[in-house]
This record gives sequence, C-alpha cells and structure tokens, in this order.
Amino acid sequence: MPIVFKQKPGLVAYLTAGDPDLAATRDIALAAIDNGADVIELGVPFSDPLADGPVIQRASERAVAKGVRLTDVLEVARQLRSARPACGLVLFSYLNPVVRMGMKQFCAAAKDAGVDGVLLTDMIVEEADEYLAEMKANELAPIFLAAPTSPDVRLQAIAGASQGFVYAISRVGITGTQQQVAGDASELVNRLRKYTEPLGIPVAVGFGISNAEHVRAVALFADAAVIGSALVALIERTASAEAPAAVGRFIAGLRA
Amino acid sequence: MSATTPLEPEVAGGARAGRFGVYGGRYVPETLMAALEELEHAYAEADADPAFHAELDGLLHHYCGRPTPLYFAKRMSEQFGGAKIYLKREDLLHTGAHKINNALGQGMLARRMGKQRIIAETGAGQHGVATATVCALFGMECVIYMGEEDMRRQELNVFRMRLLGAEVRPVATGSATLKDAINEAMRDWVTNVRDTYYILGSALGAHPYPTMVRNFQRVIGREARVQVLEQEGKLPAAIVACVGGGSNAIGAFYEFLGDKDVRLVGVEAGGRGTALGDHAARFQKTDGGVPGVLQGTYSYVLQNDAGQVSATHSVSAGLDYASVGPEHAMLHDSGRAQYTSATDAEALAATSILARMEGILPALESAHAVAEAIKMAPTMAKTDVIMVNLSGRGDKDMGILAQEMSLQGAKG
Repeated sequence: MPIVFKQKPGLVAYLTAGDPDLAATRDIALAAIDNGADVIELGVPFSDPLADGPVIQRASERAVAKGVRLTDVLEVARQLRSARPACGLVLFSYLNPVVRMGMKQFCAAAKDAGVDGVLLTDMIVEEADEYLAEMKANELAPIFLAAPTSPDVRLQAIAGASQGFVYAISRVGITGTQQQVAGDASELVNRLRKYTEPLGIPVAVGFGISNAEHVRAVALFADAAVIGSALVALIERTASAEAPAAVGRFIAGLRA
Repeated sequence: MSATTPLEPEVAGGARAGRFGVYGGRYVPETLMAALEELEHAYAEADADPAFHAELDGLLHHYCGRPTPLYFAKRMSEQFGGAKIYLKREDLLHTGAHKINNALGQGMLARRMGKQRIIAETGAGQHGVATATVCALFGMECVIYMGEEDMRRQELNVFRMRLLGAEVRPVATGSATLKDAINEAMRDWVTNVRDTYYILGSALGAHPYPTMVRNFQRVIGREARVQVLEQEGKLPAAIVACVGGGSNAIGAFYEFLGDKDVRLVGVEAGGRGTALGDHAARFQKTDGGVPGVLQGTYSYVLQNDAGQVSATHSVSAGLDYASVGPEHAMLHDSGRAQYTSATDAEALAATSILARMEGILPALESAHAVAEAIKMAPTMAKTDVIMVNLSGRGDKDMGILAQEMSLQGAKG
C-alpha cells in the first residue's frame, strides 16, 4: 500500500531490528505507531554499517551477535503489518544481506511480508536497474537517499527513481545526534523540491533529528522527519520491558 | 605489440563505470557520490596529462628508487631443483613495500585537486607508512585509521607513521583489523568529504579506486617485463604474488594479461585452517567467499549465509581481509589467473628459507607468494622462470616473527 504521512510533519521511526530482541522490536514499533509514527523503518543489522555512527553501530553489532537475520526482520514486518494494517513499513538495509538472499527473492519476500518500501543505504541510482525492476514487479516503493553534496542532476535522478518518499540527509556525515538541524538540510530540500513536487513525492529529513525542536524545524521545509539514533539510544539505555512505553512517550512528545 | 597489449576489462565488461566483468561498480552512501565523480574526472585528467606522469616517474625514480631490481634467487632455485626463481624486489623500494607507488600517485592527485587533508586505512601499516611519507613530502595533514589488533602486531609501523607526522587513530570495532579500519576511514570521508582526500591503499572500493590503484601499480609489471626479457630472453612461465586486497598482484599481473602462456598465480592467506573465520582465502572452494558487496564494490566476500561479513585470520595483517579487489574476482572466474593459498606456517617457513638462502627477509604478506613458488618450482622445467613479486620487506614483522618462531620452537 502507498506510504502516507497523515499529519504534518510526518514521523518516520527507525529501529535496528533485533535490538534488544525481535519481540521487543515488534512491541516498540507498535508503541511508536500508536503514538503517532506514520512509518516504521526496520533496520536490518549488518556487520559493517559504514554509514552509521556509534549508536546504530552498537545496536547493529548486538543484533548481529544474536544471529538476527534478514528473514527474521521480514517476520517482524509481517507481524507489524498484521497488527497495524495502515502503518507505513519500510525495510532499511545495507546491500549485502539482500544480495546474499537474492534480489528477486528478497523483493518477493518483502511484498509477501506486507512491506511498503525499501531503502538500501549503499545502493545508488546508477547501479539500481535490477533492484528497480524487481521492486516494480512486486509493487514496492524504492526510497533513495539524497545528500547535501548531491548535485542537482543527481537529485533529479533520485527523485525520478524514488517512490513513497525521498530521504534527505540533513548534513554531510554519518548517522547520529546533533545539537541543531544543519543549514544544509533546508538548502537540500529546496533543491530537491524542484524534482519531487511535479511527481508528488514527499521529502523526509533524517540524520541528527532527535527532539521536538528539531522536528518543528524540519516541519518548516519538509514533509516528514526521521528519528533514528535518538530512538536507538533510548532503547539502549532503557530496560527491555520498559522500552515500548518509553518509546511511545518519546514519539508522542515529538509533535508537542 | 598487439599480442601483448593488455586487456581492458573495465571496457570489455560493459557500459557501466568501473566494472570488471560483473564485478566492481559503485555501492556507497549517496553523500560520497559527488566526491567519487570529482575524483574520477580529476584522475582521468591527470592520467591524460604528460606533465603528471613525468613528475610521478621522476619521484618514483629519484625519491623511491625505481626501477626495483629483478633478482635471480640462485641458491633457492638450486635447492628446489626446478624452475628458476626470480624476485621482483619491491621490498627495496622507499618505505619498504610496493604501497608507495600508489600512495605517491594518489598524493599527487590530491595535491592537484587542492585537498589538504589526507586520510587512509592501513592493515600491516605499509600503506599507512607510505601515505604518511607522501604527506610529509607534500606538507599535507595525514590521519591514518588502523585496527587495534593490527596496531599491536605491527607496532613498529605505528611508530614510523607517528614519526612521519601522521595521526594514527585506533579502530576498536569488529575484529579491529583492516576491514574495520576501512569502515572508519569511510565514515571520516563521509563526514569530511568536502575537504578530505581518501588514499585507499588497495585495488578495492568503489570506482574509480580499483582501476586507479591498479594503474599506479602497473609499473611493477611494466618494469619486470623489460627486465625478464633482458635477463632471460623470454617471458616467465609463471608470476606469483600474494593477494590481500590485491594491489601488488594486479600491478604485477596486468602487463602480462595478454600473454596467455604466462600463468598468473595469486596467493591468499590460508591462515590456521579451512573453516570460515580461520583464513582469508576468498577463492577457497569450501568455506570460501561468495559474491557480495563490501565497502563499495561487488566482489567475493567471506560471509555467512545471512550475508554478515565473517571474521578472518592471517598471521599477516596485510592479507587479513574478507573481500578482494573486483578485478581479481573477474580473473578468477575467467580462469585467466589461478588463486591458491599458503597457511600461516607455510609463510613463516618461507620467510626463514628466503632469509637463510638469499639473505632477504620478506614481509609476512610476500612470504605467502614465496611459499607458493617453493611448491611450484620443483614441478616445472629447469628452463622455466617463476617471477615472485616480493611486495615488501620484513623489518616490520620482527616482533611477530620472534613470537611465532619461539612458539614453534617450544612445540618442537
């Protein structure tokens, strides 16, 4: 089903699947949805998360050590889809686990699990022919990253290849929290709008968005905010049983 | 020349940039794409500029000591009673390994692009030392990422880099070896991409690195070809080189790709066993690598069946890596090159043999190639020539050699 941001700003919640465990990821995601997250991004843990800062690196390392696999993450997606038919569900992965499963098999399995869209961190539009063909065959939304360093010609290609939303990276760097939303972000979104608006594709801003003030700042120029490392850090420092409630409160507070 | 013109696999492989058959390509976070495109253009311009090559050749000669000798290892050849073993002496190059060929080329490119801050990863420390050296030469800021495990086992090189003015940043994540150092260098690059140049040390990573690094290392084979024709009046029957990422091997192989009678043999780290995690032999038949994407390129990757990259082991830090340059993946699949492995014990034994019979201490990495030559020579005709690329010298390995050999002595 299509990804819809019902409120403005939309909220996308990123979780590293399997940290602290798969059942907790499911319960935390449900709490996030029930407290206002429009889209859940389920992060597939990977041994070499080179675009991630220390918080998501640690979460990924913990989940990999527990043996969490792409197939397990697909199973969490299936449970979420069954429990919350209307929520947006995106799989967020590095390319290698997907290549290992096989692109065709992966896209079919993602559709079967009820996933709406996929974001592959290290997949660029120029390399994406097979990926895009399989995504299309399974009616899944490919979501690409746009960076402050991307020239306009790349932004045009990124907007053209994306569905659901385009993920605009707020600043040059890896994932992780920061004090303020970088000036890079609004400049990037303004450049991106030239290409997304005619196609009717929303723009979500992520990397370093960690509190209500950041979300308000993003709402001034973008359609949605992605909360990642701040959530993963909250889960890291909260006892497993308390994590769903803590995440629910945190998400509810972001639009306050 | 037509019979010996090297193949141009990246062209033959198809229209997409930086492909070697199906391997290679560009799989990176979008933030790096503008920098990779800028690098690709700057490299193409420099490569087409005779002044760039003239300066590089001048520095390789006057600063680094090229051409390196092609040395006939007479006593060793006689001992094994078969082919004549020649050593291409990259170990005699300034800083002690082939790595300076590439570091110097990329350093000149960085200077040409106006980048003042240089970052690099290092495994055995040889690429880190070469990069630190080039940064000192050009007056550039230098940050080297190195796994903590590698810093421990290659302590002398850490000290050398610091002496040369580089900052060495320890990497504690993962197995704290080369792969983790590359991850951390890439995170730095993503963050500081606007003013930083990443001197990648092997024929790995996203396009244009595998092609560019290979081209800077081609000088090895170019010289060796002239030298072997001069000394033996014919081409070698086989060229043997160790393969971590594979830059010394591709540099030694490349000028001979079109010479179908020259066997090309890459030697991977067989480590301490054949189970996944105990070696770094990506092309090993069982429990070896399968094609996948790691650190920007599509190539063979040691991984589990869920696509998680596996730990590796080798006594030599420079071969201790889960993936391999994409051009080697192509040469493996096409059968143009063969890939075998030498164990830790075989590499250590080869080190002793070369030291005692020829007075040459190879780096533990290069000792893997020597070990393979020792196996091959007796099976070949006395008139055949094996050329071993002796990619580096062993001074850096004294600590680990002392430790390993005393352990073996204790066992014996």
